[in-house]
Amino acid sequence: MEYFFALLFSGLTKGAIYALIALGYTMVYGIIGLINFAHGEMYMIGAFTALIVSSVLSIYGLPLPAILLLAGLAAAIWTGAYGYTVERLAYRPLRDASRLAPLISAIGMSIFLQNYVLLAQTPDFVSFPRLVPEFAFLEPYSAIITSSGLMILVVSTLVMATLTLVIKFTRTGKAMRATAQDRKMALLVGINVDRIISLTFVTGSALAAIGGLLIASHNGQINFAIGFIAGIKAFTAAVLGGIGSIPGAVLGSYVLGLTEAFATGYVSSDYEDVFAFSLLVLILIFRPAGLLGKAAAEKV
Amino acid sequence: MLELRGVDAAYGNIQALHQVSLRVEPGEIVTLIGANGAGKTTTLMTISGLVVPRRGEILFEGKPISGLAPDRLVRRGICQVPEGRHIFAELTVAENLDMGAFLRRDHRQVARDREQIYHLFPVLQQRRRQPGGTLSGGEQQMLAISRALMARPRLLLLDEPSMGLAPLLTKHLFEIISRINKEQQTTILLVEQNANLALQTADRGYVLENGRIVMHDAATALRRSPAVQSAYFGI
Repeated sequence: MEYFFALLFSGLTKGAIYALIALGYTMVYGIIGLINFAHGEMYMIGAFTALIVSSVLSIYGLPLPAILLLAGLAAAIWTGAYGYTVERLAYRPLRDASRLAPLISAIGMSIFLQNYVLLAQTPDFVSFPRLVPEFAFLEPYSAIITSSGLMILVVSTLVMATLTLVIKFTRTGKAMRATAQDRKMALLVGINVDRIISLTFVTGSALAAIGGLLIASHNGQINFAIGFIAGIKAFTAAVLGGIGSIPGAVLGSYVLGLTEAFATGYVSSDYEDVFAFSLLVLILIFRPAGLLGKAAAEKV
Repeated sequence: MLELRGVDAAYGNIQALHQVSLRVEPGEIVTLIGANGAGKTTTLMTISGLVVPRRGEILFEGKPISGLAPDRLVRRGICQVPEGRHIFAELTVAENLDMGAFLRRDHRQVARDREQIYHLFPVLQQRRRQPGGTLSGGEQQMLAISRALMARPRLLLLDEPSMGLAPLLTKHLFEIISRINKEQQTTILLVEQNANLALQTADRGYVLENGRIVMHDAATALRRSPAVQSAYFGI
């Protein structure tokens, strides 16, 4: 039974990280219909930014929680700036081009960013400090739950709840939904659509950066390529849940994370990806729009 | 209030407007009539800044506005109810109205305006928590116009408001358009395929054919014109 709970917890942790990344995919898709293949790189850049900032801060001997908070903030802001820049440089000039053009541009951006970090940092794995303090109250459950895992769950839940409230109730959140539903009408009521699109990229990138920081601290190492597989998985989760839908992305992420965890635990870790992508294939066959997605025909 | 001087507009290589010139005076209802594809919608889109004119000038209250971004034009008081209504389908009725007032910061007055809208269209109040997409065609048209009114427009552009509505509903809608014009002193530029109805409501009219203004006059005179009668009234 302890084993089951350990797997459950590890699946939820994975799901929470996927969700932080998948939200960026789904928000960008919802608003401009683009699969932003460079989005996984935002997660990687977030992890590197957090590494650099936390290394510098630890020289000054700041306490661990302060380092975690500041590194998280810095990673979110700096990666948000990357997201903004990528959209301005690689997608906005192609806004009126055929759908294929920005997609290829996105793949190009992904390759560029990976190689840029490879050159600027290192091709090797670098160790990432444990930024999450060990919680004493978790000690009796150490076989099931780790403090960094718990931190992932708590932070991602808080972040996602905040995002949901912002999108549902604020003026900017409503403008985001309006733009996603009908861009032309959004222009006609006076919404600065370019600004909303930028904001979407910044938000998505910042969320991915927080995910990058949390998982890096959990796993203890990072390199330039971590964004690729995490990005593909999170994209799978977004499609699973119904791309364009925010609750869908979160649900899809948890379903994917749990599937992987239980497949690893009860079958074999070699089959983790087999189960993940088989699930994707099944969903696409039986529910092409995803778990919470709407049929595409509705978007007229 | 609004003046177009020799405006040309094009989509790619296809020129949709040729030398379009028209004027709308403060407090007027002016209608733009013409067949499908004559360029009526393009004219409105050009005024709203979604289509940038190739040539010519657009003046609003004496100042040139061509090339301004759509949100700047809304800020100046030009609002459009586009053809097909374009309700934000998944936003509630109340949220759709909020979006109309997107640029306004006078929240108290916005709340009062919303009450006034609910007074004018009680059905919108009943359905304020429903997604806009669940409304009937007529209700959606009411919502589309209300959403534009929430911006307190000085100039309201209406594109085919009667499209898809039953005759009785259309009549009611045009009464409301007249009321908005008179009670709120909102100047209106109305694009309609139903030329007869449009000319009954409007003060003046322009006839657009293949992207060119071919005729303009007082609405009553246009209604009597044999050319308009044979081309647009089907008599």
